[in-house]
Formats: sequence, C-alpha cells, structure tokens
Amino acid sequence: MIEAILLTIITAATPLVIAAIGELVTERAGVLNLGVEGMMIMGAVCAFAGSYLTGVPLFGVLAGILGGALFSLLFGFLTLTLVTNQVATGLALTLLGLGLSGQLGESFVGIPGVKLSPIVFPVLSDIPFIGPLLFRQDITFYLSIALVIGVNWFLFRSRTGLKLRAIGDSHGSAHALGINVIRTRYLAVMFGGACAGLAGAQLSLVYTPQWVENMTAGRGWIALALVVFASWRPLRVLIGGYIFGAVGILQLHAQAFGVGIPSQFLSMLPYAVTIVVLIIISHNRRTTLINTPACLGKPFVPDR
Amino acid sequence: MTDVEAPATGSLLKIQGLTKYFGTFAACSGIDLAIQPGEIHALLGENGAGKSTLVKMLFGVLQPSEGRILWDGRPVSIGSPGEARQLGIGMVFQHFSLFEALTVAENIALSMDPKIPLAKIAEEAASLSKAYGLPLDPNAHVADLSVGERQRIEIVRALLQNPKLIILDEPTSVLTPQEADKLFETLFKLRSEGRSVLYISHRLEEVQRICDRATVLRHGKVTGACDPKGETPASLARMMVGSDVASVHREAAANLGDVLIDVVNLSVPARTPFAVTLREIGLQVRAGEVMAIAGVAGNGQGELFDALSGEYPVADAEAIRLRGKPVGRTGINGRRLLGAGFVPEERHGHAAVSDMSLSDNLLLSRSQSDRAAFLTGGFAAIIRHDVIRSAAKRICQVMDVRKSGEDPAAGSLSGGNLQKFIIGRELDRQPSVLVVNQPTWGVDAGAASRIRQSLIDLARAGSAVIVISQDLDEIFEVATNIAVISEGRLSKPYPAAELTLERIGLLMGGIHDSTGHAGSPTAPHAGGVHAH
Repeated sequence: MIEAILLTIITAATPLVIAAIGELVTERAGVLNLGVEGMMIMGAVCAFAGSYLTGVPLFGVLAGILGGALFSLLFGFLTLTLVTNQVATGLALTLLGLGLSGQLGESFVGIPGVKLSPIVFPVLSDIPFIGPLLFRQDITFYLSIALVIGVNWFLFRSRTGLKLRAIGDSHGSAHALGINVIRTRYLAVMFGGACAGLAGAQLSLVYTPQWVENMTAGRGWIALALVVFASWRPLRVLIGGYIFGAVGILQLHAQAFGVGIPSQFLSMLPYAVTIVVLIIISHNRRTTLINTPACLGKPFVPDR
Repeated sequence: MTDVEAPATGSLLKIQGLTKYFGTFAACSGIDLAIQPGEIHALLGENGAGKSTLVKMLFGVLQPSEGRILWDGRPVSIGSPGEARQLGIGMVFQHFSLFEALTVAENIALSMDPKIPLAKIAEEAASLSKAYGLPLDPNAHVADLSVGERQRIEIVRALLQNPKLIILDEPTSVLTPQEADKLFETLFKLRSEGRSVLYISHRLEEVQRICDRATVLRHGKVTGACDPKGETPASLARMMVGSDVASVHREAAANLGDVLIDVVNLSVPARTPFAVTLREIGLQVRAGEVMAIAGVAGNGQGELFDALSGEYPVADAEAIRLRGKPVGRTGINGRRLLGAGFVPEERHGHAAVSDMSLSDNLLLSRSQSDRAAFLTGGFAAIIRHDVIRSAAKRICQVMDVRKSGEDPAAGSLSGGNLQKFIIGRELDRQPSVLVVNQPTWGVDAGAASRIRQSLIDLARAGSAVIVISQDLDEIFEVATNIAVISEGRLSKPYPAAELTLERIGLLMGGIHDSTGHAGSPTAPHAGGVHAH
C-alpha cells in the first residue's frame, strides 16, 4: 500500500522536478520564462506523436525534448533578440502552447498510447521496498535525478556555470567582462525548454500514456512556483518537487478516504506554500541577494 | 609652490604632451607627467579637470589624440585595458563592477584565465590580501561585504596581475576614515616594494599626507607639479581652482531687502558613513542677494542642500526660516508653497525623470505649488495637459532650450539644455527663495552663461538666491556675498568684491578665522551693498 502510494508520488513529482530544474537554469541566467506550461504541453503532444508515429516510445521522449526546446526558441527570439517584455511573452507562450497543442493533437485524442517501459537494474531492483521504487523506473525518473545533480555541479562547480550566474546577477558587468550575454541566455532558455518538453513527455508517455488536451493541468505553474520555493537552488528543487508531488497525490487519497478537507484547499497548497516561502526569503535580504538572480526579467540591450 | 623637476631618466611612466579631443573640446591638453618607480603620485583636480580622461588613456580605455606615453623609457601605445595590464598597469575604478551574488574568489575568477582552478585563485587571493593588510575571505559573498571590503577585492584583483603601476581613481570617496587609513598602509607597502601608485583625488589633506609628488590639473591642463608636503592647503587649492578668474561684468547690486531665508545654528548628523556632518551653520540671505557657497567637493554641500530644500527635513524646525516661518521639519512641497524653489545637483534621476516628457517633469515638481493651475476637478486632480504643455513651452522659450519635437523626453535633451529647462522650471514661478546646487556642472559655456545671467536677474527682481558651487569662476560671476563650506562648517559670508583668491583658498582648505562662523549671522547689510 505504502509502496504503491510512494510509486505514484515519484511519478507525480518527476515532471515537476524536471520542468523546474530547466526553468531554474533559465532564471539563473536572468531570464523569466513564464511559458513553462506552454512548453510542457508542447512537449507532451510532440512526445505522444513521436511515440505513436514511430512506435518507439523512446523516440517520443526525444521528440518531446526537441518540441519543448524549439518552442522555447520562439520565446528566446522574442525576448532576447527583439527585447520584448519577458512576462507578457511568457504568458503568451503558455496560451499559444495550450492552443497549438490542442490543434496538433486533435487526431490523437482517444488513442491509447504505449507506456515507456522501465529500465530495470539487475540485483538492485530486487532489494525489497527500495528496489521497485528506485531501480525499476522509466528513463525520465533517472534523468530527473541526473539533471538535478548535473545542474548543481554545473552552476556551482564549473566556470561556465559561474559565468551563467554572473550574467543573471549583473548582465552589464558580465558584458563588460567580455561574456556573451545573449548567446548564454539563448542556451539557458533552450535548456529550460528542453526540460519542460521532457517533463511533458513524461506526462503523455508515463503518467497517463495517452494524449488529452490540457493534460498538463497547471503543472507548469507549479514548476515555476517550485523554482521560487527552492530559492533557485537545484537540490531544493528535488525536495520541493517531492513535497509538491506528495501533496497532489495525498489529496487524491484523502478524497478517497473521505477526509473532510475540500480538495480545492489541497490543490492550492503548493501555491500557498510558495507564497509563504517567498515571504520568508524576501524577509532576509542576504539570502535574497545571494540566491535571487538580480537581473531576473530585465531586458539586456548591449552598448547602451 | 616649489617645482621639483623629475629626472628625465629612470621614470617608470612618462607622458609628453598628451592631448585628447572630444570633437573640438580638449578634455586634456598637452599634459606632461612623470612617475618614478616607488612613488605615490597624486593627480589633483576638480571635477571635470580632465583627470578621468587622462587615466583612461593610460589604461587603454581611450586613445590619445596627440602626444606620447613612455613606459620604462620606451614609447608605447596602449590599445586596450588588456594591453595596459600586460605592460604592468593595474587600475582600481571608482565604481566597482562586482557581482553581489557571487563570492570573492568567483568574482576574481571571472576576470582571470579560465584554466586556473577556482581553489587556486581563492588561495592566491587570500595570501595576497593578507600580505598587503587587506583581509578578505575568498569564500564570502560580495553582498555581505562593506564598500571598503569591496574595494579590496578590486585592489587584490589588480595585484594578482603583479603590476608595476596601480592607478586608484578617487579611492577614498567611498571609504570611512578608518578604512582609508588601512588603504594608505597598503599603498605604503606597495611603495616599499618599488611599485608606483597614481592616486587621483581632490582631497588636499590626503594628498599631503600620503603622496610624494603631485600633478595638478585644471581645465585639461597641468597647472602645477609639486611636492605636496611642501605646499599649504591654500596653495594647492589655488592650483586646483586656478587664478585666471574672468573679470566680472555686473552692475551694482540693488539695495538688499528683508531676510528671506534665515539659517541659525543648523547641525545635521551624517546620515551615512560617507556623508558629512553639518555643524552649526548660520546663513542669512536677503531679497536681492546672491549668496554663493564655495568649497571643495565633499565638504557638506550635498547635505546642506538637502537640509535647505527639505529633502531630508532637520530635527529643529527653528533652524531654518523661510520668509519668517520655521520650516526645518517641513518637506519640499511645504517649502515650495512658501515660495521657495530648489534645483538639486544631479539632472538625471533627481531633478528630472529622464524617460518622462518635459511637461510631465514640470508637473512632477510643481503639482503641489501650482495645483490650482495644473490640476482641476478638486479631489479628482485631473491633469490639465494643455496648461502644462503651454507652460513647458513658455519655459523653453524663455530659457532658449533647444530640443527636438514639441514635448520630448527629458533624457533626450543635452545636459546644458536640460539644465536650462530645470532652472527655468523654477524661475517660471518667480520664487522668492531659490537654492541651486552646482547649476552649471558639465554644461557647455553658452548654457552656463545663460543660467548664470538668469540667477542674477532673479535676485535683481527681489528674490534671495543661494548658489552652491565648486566653480570659483562661476561664484565670482554671480555672487553678491560668498561663504565657504569646509568639513561641514560654513564660514561667515564675505562680500564678493572684498574676497581675495588667497583668502578663499585658505577658507577652502579649512582654515577659518576665529571670529568667523559658529552660527553668528552677519550684521544687517554687512557687505551686501558693496558694488563692483
């Protein structure tokens, strides 16, 4: 019973962690992309199409990543090259993604999909309790863990990650040091898009292996909240992702057991918790200064 | 002044006839300078004297128009900051370009060879900072550091390149006195190792204390080279502000009227560690009088303006009286309603919002004092754009403001034209008291003379005018009476006609007469009626 609940929590938390870790990198470079929901749903529809058309679910995963990255490129072109307002563009990206995916996926509605098969680690997967939870999962779960660890290393151990953080902190000074601000931001935006696409692929290939319109159901927004909740630290994204995922699953179980908490209350919990975290971190000026990218959402125009 | 001629050979850096034109304007003109190994060399000069232009040429940021630079006796051309560093020139800028969210080591690493591992940089920075008495924790976040510690990062960053010459641009302007003392110890250590320091400052006391030689700039030219220890503050100040004061063409001042602004025993504690404390300031300005407040930058001019304008009201309401009413605790708008007008020093972001149109800027400053004319609908306060636009147009005509378009953004105007508009915005109200800080800073000569004339005209029409300025030419041109501010104390006012340059130099250097200040207002009509 507990094992079953934990398994569903992992499945629910994985897309949140993946989408949030991508958005974290984007925001660390100083770009606020509110279009996570839109990129995620584009990833979901591309993944389903890729899997359905080739018959190979793994190609679906690749298609999802590619779809999300390409869709984020549109955001990058608008905000970085044409210097449009990032907030407005991000919101537009979400609306566009929701509409476009509905159009693209019209013919897939009602078709049963193929579930991404788990990768089973021999021996390790036979460990009771832990084995099935951690070593008999599909590739997206392993990728989510690898992404968190990899991004953490990249940001805080590598020189390129240092440059990326420098850009997010003060793009003017970074430009003066000869760092290519726009190129780095393009790459960061596309990494965020690719992650959102992968998260979408997890939804349409693992979570519920089929295509349903609006199937992201606000998970993109939770991922955005998660980045703030984690105060832009990768390892906290992992923790927060599982807390948010658990809240969502327990809410279903609570309903099944007839616990007298309205489901709406539980669905709003991630956002409420994020607001509380925001209040706490902005209360402490030091943590805000050190973790929040100071240039977040600010347009950069070189030579002005 | 005692001229100490530098030996021709053995100079680390020698500059001959260095000139830089911006268009037809010569920011630096025929500058000669020699820096010996192991000396702390001061570059003295007022704002706009050409100090920054000169060091930018030395650091490869700007290219000279004429003249040559000799490094170790060989002529060199310095094309970029990178080339300057290769030669062995390091620079610590006045405004730091540090990343607050990053650690000290990470900040240094960003400007170093990426092949050097971060741990090694941290180690080197720590040992170097220790050796020079600049304690720094390489793993501290910049956000947690004081301004003085941030400057140390810049110094250590420069030292990591092992330079022979370090240029410091106004390093103590952001430091507390204690931090400055520490910095001086570091400079002495650098000198003892045979490194040279080019020390840019306008603080005479500091230069006398730590520098071996000084080169003084004024209006882009060298006006003196000396051993600062052999000079007096007065003689250094005179070299800085010059003695070529233009002849004053002014009619006899009209008879002075009532005291319109009366400051008695005004003391204001420093708001920040870098601010100056105002001490027992006394000042009376009468109708028809232009009171000029002279002084070397950073002696309390900004603080005095803030107190007079009400940007930061003072504790004692009685310390400042406007037309007889105590206003010490009243804000800007309250003082404006009593007929006062104020023009702060910074045009952009303080006196005007750069992105807003001229008419919007007009409304912003006068929405209270001209509420009846500019706003309608009572409580609803609906903006009467037509009235405001025509007022802005009138101001532009009167002050000869050159602009593109009908009502352009303030930021699109040149400095001189914007300044004319800002001054005109106050004059348009015919204020009975006008306080201006640095009215012609960075303004072209034509606009400057237009502005000065309008200040004289305002006083002649019966207003009291206070002009805070560092430009002695300007002061002698407009002033009826002159008081000098030094270290937050204001001297007694002197009639402009009676004040000699020697005397004003002494006052600027901080030498007061025993009978002078301490809040005693001048006797009625003292000096005021002197004609030129």
